[in-house]
Amino acid sequence: MVMNWKYGGLALGLVFFLAVLLVKPIGVSTQFVILDGILWDMQNPDIVTQTDEGYTSTNAYLAKSGGKYAKSVANPINYSFVFVGAMMLGALISTILRNSVPKGERMVPSIWRANYGGNVLKRWLVAFAGGFIVLYGARLAGGCTSGHMMSGMSQTAVSGYVFALGAFISAFTTALIMFKQEG
Amino acid sequence: MLTITLAIVIGAAFGFVLDRIGATNPNWIGRMLNLTNLHLMKTILLAIGVASVLTFGGQMLGLVDVGHMSVKTAYVGVFIGGLMLGLGWAASGFCPGTGLCAAAVGRIDALFFVAGGLLGAAAYMLSYPVWKGLGLLEGQAWTLGTVPGADYPAAFPTLPGDLAGIAIGAAFIVIAFILPRRFSRKRAPAGEAIE
Repeated sequence: MVMNWKYGGLALGLVFFLAVLLVKPIGVSTQFVILDGILWDMQNPDIVTQTDEGYTSTNAYLAKSGGKYAKSVANPINYSFVFVGAMMLGALISTILRNSVPKGERMVPSIWRANYGGNVLKRWLVAFAGGFIVLYGARLAGGCTSGHMMSGMSQTAVSGYVFALGAFISAFTTALIMFKQEG
Repeated sequence: MLTITLAIVIGAAFGFVLDRIGATNPNWIGRMLNLTNLHLMKTILLAIGVASVLTFGGQMLGLVDVGHMSVKTAYVGVFIGGLMLGLGWAASGFCPGTGLCAAAVGRIDALFFVAGGLLGAAAYMLSYPVWKGLGLLEGQAWTLGTVPGADYPAAFPTLPGDLAGIAIGAAFIVIAFILPRRFSRKRAPAGEAIE
């Protein structure tokens, strides 16, 4: 069961507003980079290093903007990284209370099954490739659905409208081609 | 310590609501994007509208610190990245936040999305100098109008940014109400029951 859009939209809007009121706008996709950086730095401690002014990295992306990503990699207990962990916890609490995922859904969602059958490997491969394109695109754009589309457009950021235009053009086209059965 | 507490409280509320509105469910994403059930679209439009009206209304009343705004830069790569994200979002039914939440609620395919995402983010980390070299990351952090007390340049400098924010927020709310539940064909919208 899904919350009626009037209550759900109000609740989601309030969360985005509270984030801006108390701290800063919500964003998620940067934390994929931070986790990559943490894992990379565990393999090779020379990736992120401390300097007199803060942190830097041998990777140009982690070192950009005065090493702010390098700093987060070196200090994972920071607002944005903890936020994403808490977000996953919040979703888990919701599903424990309401059991939002029926058993048959866990491997292959019904809209996929209706169009492409129950082959688990096929679905997992597309989910993996989708994740790759989504995060590559999000980092190129400098944000994702939460940071650009929701937080951005609610602040009248021009970048938010540009991002939403690009994302919805390709998303509607892709879904109309790929998912002819409603599921 | 206060910021970490806020991260936990706001983060958990965000994840909880994402799950309750169906955003962690690829079926609801897919039906929104193939236009057979726009319920989630109405939720998202209303949320953006509510957040916008409250943020700019609060700023005008002096209740919201303008310094908490964080406007991202607009550049060519934003559009290209948006096109890429839209493709992967529609194909998989997940975006970065909802994919992580979907993995947390026990969707196995979401784990593959997250793994692919970590690899995609790493690929961008390595290829970043190429995009930068092409000059596709250069731009300005525009807001539509001039927001009082903020340093962001305005796309339309004579437009009052706070009033524009409230007006656009109100427009999002109106669109959320008038948007039909489905576009294509004339049957009832696809999908499960709504509370």
